[in-house]
Amino acid sequence: MSASPLARTDAENRQPERAAGTAGRFVWRHTLYLVPGLVIYALFCLWPLAETVRFSFQRWDGITEPRWVGWRNYLAIFTDPQTLTVFGHGLIMIIFYAVLPLLIGLLIVAIMTRIRIRLLAVFRTVLFLPQILATVVVAVAWRWIYAYDGPINALLTAVGLGHLSRAWLGDFDTALNSVGLIGTWINFGLCMVLFIGGAQKIGRELYEAARLDGAGPFQEFMAVTLPGLRGEISIALVLTVTNALRNFDIVWNTTSGGPGTSTLVPSYLIYEGAFITRNVGFAAAASVVLTLLILVLTGVITRALRQRD
Amino acid sequence: MESRKEVVFGHLILVIGAFVALYPFVSVLLQALSPAPGSTAQGLTLENFIAAWTRGGFSRSLFNSALVAISVVVATAVAAVLAGYVLSVLKFKWRVLVFALLMIGLVLPSEARIIPLYNFFSSTGLLNTYWALILPQVASSLPLATFWMANYFSQLPDSLGEAAALDGAGEFQTLRYIYAPLGMSAVMTLSCLIFLYTWNEFMLALVLMPDNVAVQTAPLSLSFFAGNERTTEPEVIAAAAVLVALPVVIAYFLLQRRFMSGLLDGAVK
Repeated sequence: MSASPLARTDAENRQPERAAGTAGRFVWRHTLYLVPGLVIYALFCLWPLAETVRFSFQRWDGITEPRWVGWRNYLAIFTDPQTLTVFGHGLIMIIFYAVLPLLIGLLIVAIMTRIRIRLLAVFRTVLFLPQILATVVVAVAWRWIYAYDGPINALLTAVGLGHLSRAWLGDFDTALNSVGLIGTWINFGLCMVLFIGGAQKIGRELYEAARLDGAGPFQEFMAVTLPGLRGEISIALVLTVTNALRNFDIVWNTTSGGPGTSTLVPSYLIYEGAFITRNVGFAAAASVVLTLLILVLTGVITRALRQRD
Repeated sequence: MESRKEVVFGHLILVIGAFVALYPFVSVLLQALSPAPGSTAQGLTLENFIAAWTRGGFSRSLFNSALVAISVVVATAVAAVLAGYVLSVLKFKWRVLVFALLMIGLVLPSEARIIPLYNFFSSTGLLNTYWALILPQVASSLPLATFWMANYFSQLPDSLGEAAALDGAGEFQTLRYIYAPLGMSAVMTLSCLIFLYTWNEFMLALVLMPDNVAVQTAPLSLSFFAGNERTTEPEVIAAAAVLVALPVVIAYFLLQRRFMSGLLDGAVK
């Protein structure tokens, strides 16, 4: 992780100049190489971002003249209990999308460090499958699994717990957790693959040294495996936390935020405000807050887990 | 040094994990293959696929998805090779600034640009066209792609470019005949990754091509098709889901090493 592209190009700066001798000088011709990409990037990424920020300070129904309202939309986000609940749901999603898969991955890798894994390539391919399926397909699959006549209830009935069966996505008490568990399913394989790969790069001698010092499996895990996986943990968390806060697709295709507002998440709130209730300024402010939340969280994660070498 | 018990236990855990990872897709596949109520078929049948294909218009939407994804991949790859070359090999003077700008796009969620994109395409009359989905996705794929190529080119020895310069090759010829061919493998991995993201994209498609069945992509069609549960049997919806997933799943199993290294390396950057 420490070798970010920026750091790498900085390092090149210090190397001797190339024989061609164009380095360090501004060459107009070189901008031609950048034009195709940067024009599209500026038009469809940077400019929309700037517009979103501008909208977030306006009151606008998408049709009539927008009105400048200063920070009022932001104020609304942080004072309206309903909106705060929705952002709270976003944070709960982090538990399901990021924390649970991380813990499952770590638990499993703790068991795996002592053995050589057979058929690793096959396991990796299968464990990774949830990552490549379209979210709509995932949603359709899980709607069936959670359905009233679906496999979960069938299993419950089979083991004599039939009274617990219900329409999991349609029940106020279980809908949010059920949606979250889909996220756990999407991401647990990613964590496992990342951590198993990382653990195999940890030197055998570290484990032998730990064992010579009389470390048991738990101490060995804390002293050798966990620090050795710092980079992988950071990658896994950045990916899954981002994933958790942007889970529009799954919610749209399973519960549409319902029943009631029990599975409403920030992305869904933004979509609704922007295109259905036409409260564009508020939706824009919410997307700025969501973006900042993602930026801050991923920033904190990478900083906290940076390898000190 | 590994005990037999640990080996068996460890692999048991992996098998359970693999089962959990496979189960939803396999159960949808089995559901899709079993006869719908009112069908006369016995055992496994393909008639749900035929029903989904004809009723859901998936021939059209799968073609649209392929067209959009391939356009995005090609446009992004060309732009990223050009930009990566000038940023790493030619050491563009303001490259730190360019990298910083691209950094913004790496973490930017679609939510942060969806409203202005909608306004832009609706005011230019491009809403509900392929352009509305291609252009924003080229833009969002570019940061990763450019970092990817710049990083790859910067690992190649400087002597390559110098040798080409001695032979009288200009900068563009050096890219065309030396760097671009050498970078093909990196471009392929990158292309798999962008293809996957573009194929699976849902929110942009929902907002930017909501009303024109002729251009809608497969995930969007599936979402609308599956939303009509009252008129469509679950078996047919399952078949539709398999149809939408299949191209990517097949590509994944054929090119698994590329996908895997792409997804994992992509994360590091």
